[in-house]
Order: sequence, then structure tokens, then C-alpha cells
Amino acid sequence: MEEIRRMEPIEGIHGLPEQVSAEQFAPSAFSRNRKKLMMWIFIISDALLFGSFLAVYTFERFISPSWPDRWKIFEPGYLAVMTVVLLSSSTFMAVAVEGLKQGKNRRFGFFYAVTILCGIVFLAMQAHEWAHFIGLGARLNTNPWGVPLFSGLFFMITGFHGFHVLTGVLILSFIGVLKLMGKVSDETIELAGMYWSFVDLVWVFILAVIYLL
Amino acid sequence: MTVDKQVERHHKIPGFWQHYIFSTNHKVIGIQYLITAFASALIAAGMAMLIRLEIAWPEHSWPILGTLFPGAFPGGVMRPEVYAALFTMHGTLMVFFFLSAALVGGFGNFLIPLQIGADDMAFPFLNMLSYWVYLTGLLVMLSSFFFSPGGPASAGWTSYPPLSALKTAIAGSDWGQSFWIVGMAFFIISFTMGGLNFVTTVLSMRTRGMHMMRLPLTTWALFTTAAVGILAFPALTAAVVMLFLDRHFGTSFFLPSGLYVAGKLLPNKGGSPLLWQHLFWFLGHPEVYIVMLPAMGFTSDILSTFCRKPIFGYPAMVGSILAIGSLSFIVWGHHMFVSGMNPYLGLFFDITTLIIAVPSAIKTFNWMATLWEAKIQLRTPMLFALAFVSLFVTGGLSGIFLAMAPADIQLHDTYFVISHFHFIMAGASLFGIFAATNFWFPKMFGRMMNETLGKFHFWITFITYYCTFFPMMFLGLHGEMRRLYDPVQYYTMFKSLQPINVFISINAFALGAAQLVFVFNFFWSMLRGEKASANPWNANGLEWTLSSPLPYENWEGNSPEVQRWPYDYSYPGAAKDYLPQVVPEQAAAGNY
Repeated sequence: MEEIRRMEPIEGIHGLPEQVSAEQFAPSAFSRNRKKLMMWIFIISDALLFGSFLAVYTFERFISPSWPDRWKIFEPGYLAVMTVVLLSSSTFMAVAVEGLKQGKNRRFGFFYAVTILCGIVFLAMQAHEWAHFIGLGARLNTNPWGVPLFSGLFFMITGFHGFHVLTGVLILSFIGVLKLMGKVSDETIELAGMYWSFVDLVWVFILAVIYLL
Repeated sequence: MTVDKQVERHHKIPGFWQHYIFSTNHKVIGIQYLITAFASALIAAGMAMLIRLEIAWPEHSWPILGTLFPGAFPGGVMRPEVYAALFTMHGTLMVFFFLSAALVGGFGNFLIPLQIGADDMAFPFLNMLSYWVYLTGLLVMLSSFFFSPGGPASAGWTSYPPLSALKTAIAGSDWGQSFWIVGMAFFIISFTMGGLNFVTTVLSMRTRGMHMMRLPLTTWALFTTAAVGILAFPALTAAVVMLFLDRHFGTSFFLPSGLYVAGKLLPNKGGSPLLWQHLFWFLGHPEVYIVMLPAMGFTSDILSTFCRKPIFGYPAMVGSILAIGSLSFIVWGHHMFVSGMNPYLGLFFDITTLIIAVPSAIKTFNWMATLWEAKIQLRTPMLFALAFVSLFVTGGLSGIFLAMAPADIQLHDTYFVISHFHFIMAGASLFGIFAATNFWFPKMFGRMMNETLGKFHFWITFITYYCTFFPMMFLGLHGEMRRLYDPVQYYTMFKSLQPINVFISINAFALGAAQLVFVFNFFWSMLRGEKASANPWNANGLEWTLSSPLPYENWEGNSPEVQRWPYDYSYPGAAKDYLPQVVPEQAAAGNY
């Protein structure tokens, strides 16, 4: 019953070329990097999600009669360290992928591990920051700075970003274990690197919109 | 290596479960999507029947309904909460779970790999996941009917806060609204997975010779739709996340200060219900084109096939698809003219909305030019495609009224709006789905749909569709608002319009009954229909070079080489009046 039906040639078609050159066989310029292409599209979609959240933040800020002075809330030095840790991890990831491409496995291993470490340090710092604000009495619907919306937006957006970092750390760790077992392709590692760089890039916008502006 | 692969393929015959249920094959997933979407359409159409029953004969007692649904119809009279729940779920199910799912999930999955000459989607597993997540979302949505008390979400398909953000606002704001949010989240995830797949597949998996400008317009439209979906849905994702936080974690993103509910001041501070409207319509308007564009694509291909003429202005058609897709992102404010927006901003949305009329008119005139002096074959798919053009023009012209703020402020939330979008978005897309189902049915099941039943279904549907929705324009122009539970008792000025409502309802029942003919035709033809040849319509697309029904593996490793665009009908010098895309130039003169 489950027989495979063969392609029926349509009547009247003759003279399909017997030999096809290599160029003609390549279906499309994009075909070799199908997964990378999908990763790019996913990143665009995810970037728009963060874009929506940041647009919401800006909207709420504009309609609010007052807005807390962020320089009195956040510690600029602490923020700078967080930012440097996360952004440099992108560089480390790029160096790791480059090492992988050149077959320098030790260099890859070292920088890959440093990347994951940076991610964990960032998460720890963010957790500490959150704990500090929660200790001061900030919640999703209330805070000591007068504008309840602010802490709601802050926790939602940084929490959403932190969740992305956490996902990134888990993916990188999982893939790292697979790499040790020899069960993962170089392309997959590069894809994880793309995601990681995206998460780091988004932080720049969150930093600018929520903390600095 | 190629040979080895082919041998391997012949042994890869999956068992029943892997073939029909948990399949990663794009054709099976497409049919699963289509049939599930039709099922949700039937449920939502049933709700529409109850809504029409209530509007035409407000608060009339129907003993049979009282017996069937004692909770919803105590003493045979519909409770007002049930009415609100019905129009909410009718809209949600129709827009997302029927139209979007059938057009993009159903036909997108089924047609894209076939029309570009690929063996499957780029990521078949993701594709399977997309269907199951969609089905989960649908079941979550439907399960909210069983909450007692409260029932499903009742804040309208747009779920405007504060109604949707406060658990105590109305009956459906409790668990029903939460389930609405969760169901929508599942739908968005499913749609994103599908969209990623479609865009990647079209960009990277076209067979040799299939340049972008040789793609059938169906694929162009589905591709643009998927891209629009990927770009538009994140805004709704953000919105539903915040609505969820508002409902369950006490935030006030959508809740303003000083809101009184039942005499009690709410603690919420600082939010804005308008924010939801912006976010919702930033998705909501592109969503309209998500369901319009594929139907436009089907219509282009079907008109060309049954006119035996090339589609007129192919590059302009592609350009207008892209233009409509991009413009759809900067028009969302025309849903919010009455929200107190700055008149200058309103002017901006006026103009951008009117600009969309340009690519839409280009498409319409190209369809006209395709029909011009053609030997038209009035088969069922062609009838539906022609009706698509008719509904598109009717809906489009009424849309121009709504695009202009001065007119819209009068017509906002009246039956004029209901009429408009039931023509253009709901109706035209529905007719596109019927056209496509009739057209590609032989590829799906290897049999033709019954032509007599198809034409019968078409004529009843077409006539009753106009009779149902066109009179609503008059109701709207006279100011009758949408979503009225009882337009007679509480709004005495609408009493004289009530005969129109009765006329509409009678036609709506006929329209609903006619769909049973389609359902019967669908399943009867699937089992008993006339066996179809490989190319029953003498069409040119790659899918018609394969057997009917399709083989399990599309090309079995011998992917075709495309030589031309898919619209070479009545090609000068060719022996037959059509040239499939695989026919090379030198063979064309001799054999075709």
C-alpha cells in the first residue's frame, strides 16, 4: 500500500540536457548556508521583539509626567564592568570560531571557555543588581523612585535580556560538551556564536535606552 | 554518491504514524494544517450563525438551543456574556486559526517546495513542530469554552485593555482571557517557526534555473507573507507578554491611573491602554496582508491558467506584492483615528493608507488585463478567483472611506467596518482558499473535486456572501454599531433598520449551509472523485510535472531544471497552448 509513486514524465518533453555543468547544479547562492540564513532571519525577528519592548519603554516614558533620574539609581562603574564583560565575550567568541576554522583547537577551547565564563559573570552581576533593587523595595508594580512603571519595565526588559543570556550560556555549554564528544559540526558552533553576538549587541541598546538616556 | 542517495530514498517508506501523523513531509503537514484550519473555520462559522440569530431576533427564545446549551441559553435566550464571547472567539479563530493557518501553514507548506523544485522545506522537523504547536494553540483556545463560570475571552478579537487586562472586568476576562493569551502565544511561536522555514526555503532551496523572477506569483506572495509575519508578530509577542504581566503580576503597562471598577479605585498607575492598540495594530494591519497576499498569489496563477494567457505585468505584480508588504508596516494608525491621536499624525496614516491603493490597483488592473480578450474557461477554481477580484474591489473601495480620518471617525466601529473587512480580508481570502483548494486538490489527493457541486457551492456562496455583507454598509452608514447584543431594545433609532438585519441573517444562514456542500464535496471527492491526471488544468508550474497524487518524495533526487517562467500560455509557435517550466527553448518549437 505504501508504495512510492514514481515521477511520471509528461508527454512530449524530450531533449532535457544530459550533462549539466557544476555551476548550473548549484541551486542558489544562499544554498550552502541554509542554517546561517535561518539564524539571520531569526535574529531579525528576535531583534524586533527587543525593539518592541524598547519602543514600549520610550512610549511609557514620554507619557509619564516624570521619570526617575537613573544616575541616582544605577552605579555607572558597575554598569561599565557588566558591559565590558559582555561585549568582550563577543570578541572572545569570534576569536574562538576563528581558531576553530584554522584548526587551532587549543585556542578555540580556551576562548570558548572564556566566553561562557563571561556570560556567567554577567548573569551573576545582573542577579546581584536585581537583588540590590529588590532589597530597596523595587517590585514589578512598585519602587522607591516614584514611578511604578519604571521598575516594571526595567525588570521586564533586563529580565528578558538576561533570559536570553542564560539561554546563550546553556546553549554554548551544551554545544561545548558535544564538541568534546566530537558530535557537533563547526557550523553549529558558528551559529551559536551568531546568537551570542546578537544577545551582546542587544545589550548595547538596552544600556542606551534604559540606563543612559 | 547521488546514486547511493537515490537507492536509500527508495527504502525510506515511513509507517502510518510517521507518514500521516508525526510527519516531517511538507505535503502531509500542509494537508494537516489545511484540514485543521477548515475544522476551526466550521466551529467559528457556527458561532457566526448564533451571532446572526441573536442580532436578527434579539433576546428571542429558541427552546432547542435552551435544551442543547442550557448554560449559555437559559430558557432558550442567549446570555449577553455569551454573545460577547462568541464574537470574540469567532474573530480570533477565523483570522488566526483559519485564514492565516490555511493560507500560510496549509498552502504555504504544500506549495512552496513544489513550486521551487525542492524536495522539502529547509527544516522539516521545525515544520512538523510548527503544526503541533499550532494545534496546541487551537486546543488551548477552544478549551476556554469549558470554563464555568466565565467562559472564553470576551474582549473582542482585538482584546483591548482595560477590559482584557482586569480579571474582574467582564465574565470572560478571567481565565478565558488568560487562555486567549496563551493560545495566541502558541500561535505566534508556530507562525514564526513556519515563517523562518518559508523564507529560508525560498531563498536557499530553489532548483537550478529557478531565479527569483521565475517564481510563480503564489510563491512570491507566500514568501512575502512569511517575511511580513516574521517582522510583525514580535510586536504582538511583546504586547501579550505585557498583558499577561498586567493581569497576573500587578504591573500597569496598559492600565492608566485613576481607573474605577465597580466603585473601587484601582492601584494601577501610569500605563496607557493606547499602547496596546499601537502594538496590536502594528501586527494587526500586516496580518491583514498576511491573509490577503497568498490569496492574491493564487488568483494570479489561477486567472492566468484559465485564461490561457500569461499573467499581465509580472514584474509589476512582484513589485506590488513587495510594496503592499512593506507599506503594511506604516499604516497601523488608521485603526486608531478615534483614539484622540494628533490630527497631523492622522494625516500621515491617511496618506500611507491611501498609497496602498496604488499597488492594489496595479494588481487589479493587471488581473483585468489578463482577462482581456482571453478564452476564459469557467471552471470552479476560476469562478472563485474571479469572485476574489470582485470582493477585493468591493472591499478595497470601501477601505478608501475608512482610510480617511474624517470619514472614519463617523464610520468607526459601525457595521460599515464589519462589511469592509468581511469583503476584503475575510471574504477575499476565503474565496482565495476555495479557489486554491479546488485548483490544487488533484495534487493533494489524486482526484478532482466534483465540478457540479463546486459550481453549486460557488454560486450560493457568492450570492449569499454579497447579500450578507453588502447591506451591512447601509447599517453602518446609518450609524449602527458593531457588537450590539440587542440593537432594538436599547437603541430605538435602529428599530427601522431591523428588517435589514433579518435579511442579512437569513442570507448568513444560507451562506453557512452552503459551506456544508463544500465539506461534503471535499471528503467525497477525496475518496470517490474522478481520478486526476498529472496535469488536469494544463498548467505550467513545476508541481504539475509530478504525478497526481504526488509521490512521497517530490523529485526522488532528480530535481528539475527550470527553463522559463511559469506563465507561457499560448506561446507563439508552440504546438500546445502551454509550456511547462521545464521545457527548454529548443524543445518548445518542436513539441509544444
